[in-house]
Amino acid sequence: MDNTEKIKFVIDDKVCYAEPGQTILEAAKSNGVYIPSLCYIEGVKPPGSCRICNVRVNNRNLIACTTPVAEGMIIDNDIPELNELRKAIVEMLFVSGNHFCPGCEKSGNCELQALAYRFQMMVPRFPYEFPEKGVNATSKYIFHDRNRCIMCKRCIGKVMKDEKHVFAYNSRGGEHLHVVMDEELASQLTEEEATEAMDICPVGAILKKERGYYSPIGHRKYDKESIGSDIEKK
Amino acid sequence: MSKPVIATATLAGCFGCHMSLLDIDERILELIELVEFNKSPINDIKTFTKQCDIGLIEGGCSNSENIEVLKDFRKNCKILVSLGECAIMGGLPAMRNGIPIRECLEEAYITGPTVRMNTKKILPNDDELPMMLDKVYPCHEIVKIDYFLPGCPPTADLIWNALLALVTGDELKLPYEVVKFD
Repeated sequence: MDNTEKIKFVIDDKVCYAEPGQTILEAAKSNGVYIPSLCYIEGVKPPGSCRICNVRVNNRNLIACTTPVAEGMIIDNDIPELNELRKAIVEMLFVSGNHFCPGCEKSGNCELQALAYRFQMMVPRFPYEFPEKGVNATSKYIFHDRNRCIMCKRCIGKVMKDEKHVFAYNSRGGEHLHVVMDEELASQLTEEEATEAMDICPVGAILKKERGYYSPIGHRKYDKESIGSDIEKK
Repeated sequence: MSKPVIATATLAGCFGCHMSLLDIDERILELIELVEFNKSPINDIKTFTKQCDIGLIEGGCSNSENIEVLKDFRKNCKILVSLGECAIMGGLPAMRNGIPIRECLEEAYITGPTVRMNTKKILPNDDELPMMLDKVYPCHEIVKIDYFLPGCPPTADLIWNALLALVTGDELKLPYEVVKFD
C-alpha cells in the first residue's frame, strides 16, 4: 500500500502515515514517535485505564491507545503541559501503592519506574498512602502483591490458562476494587507461563517465585536507556 | 566570603547514603576546599555550632528522636535535602507500615526465630528510649524539604553534582543514568 491509501496525520510537527483503523498510539509507534503509556500491551483491546497516553487534538485531551487516528489530525504529544500531566499520574500511582523500589525484584525492568525516570520524578507531590491490600502467595510459581498493583488490567486481558482468565476484578468499582487471582487456575500455571505473567505486569505486582534479582544493576532493561527510546531510534 | 556550611544526619537509614557521599572519592578534597562541615556523623560533631546552609538528611522518620533531629535540622539549615529513598518515601523501614507496631516489636524481641536471651519476654519500654511512631514517615511529610535526591543509595555522581550546583549556583544537569530509585 502506498501513502495515497494511508491516513495522513501530524504528530509533534512530524508528518506521519497510518493504516486505516490504527489507534493514535499504534500509528505513532510505527512512525517512530513514542507516546508514553502503561496499560497498553499488544494483543489486548486497550482498556484506556491508566490515562498516561493522553495526547492533545484540537485542544482536547484524547486517550491515544483507544482513539483511532483520523485523516488530517494534528496531534500534540511531547509538550510540557502533557508531560507534566503524565508525570502527575505516575506520581499518583507511586503514592497509591507500596512501591519500595530498592526491595522489589522488578526494579530496573519496571515500566512505572521507567516512566518516573523518563519524567525525572524526584519525589511524588502527593502524600503516601501505604495501602494494605494483601498478598497472595498460594500459587506455586506466582507471588501476587496487590499493594503494587496499578489496576492497568493487562493481566486480566492477557494471563490465561485453558482459555480462562487467571486474574479478574473482584467487583465493579468503589474503593475496595482490586485485582484478584484465581488460586486454582494460578496453581496450574507452568513455570514458563508464570514468567510470562510476570513480564505482562508493568510493575512488580505479579512476580515469578524463586526468580530473584536475575539481572545485575546496569544490565536491566531501563538502566541505561529510557523507556520509549527503542521506538524513537527507529 | 566564608565557605558554605554543610550538616548531615542519618534518621531511620542504614548510612548507605553517607557511604555514597564518601564515594565521591578524591573529589572529597575538592569538596573540603569548597565547603565547611558542621554537625555530621562524618566528623562526629554532635551539636550545631552555627547556622548551616545545606542540611543533608538520610533516612525517614521512624521514632520520636528522628522527628526531633529533623526539626532541629530544619531550624538550623537554610536548605534541606532529602538524600535517598528512605528520606523520600520511608524506604525499607517503611515496609513495617502495614504491620501493627506491637506485632513488629514482639517479632523482634520475643517470638522471632533468633531471639535467645530475652527469657523474661520484655519489650523495650525505658523512658530514655525514643518512642516508635505508628508508621515510618517520609521527611517531607514532617518538615519542609527543599530538594530530593533519589536512589538507594543516590549515586556519588548525583550527590556531587547536586552539591556543586547548590554551592556554585550553577544549573544541575541530570543525565539519565544518574537518577535511579535503587
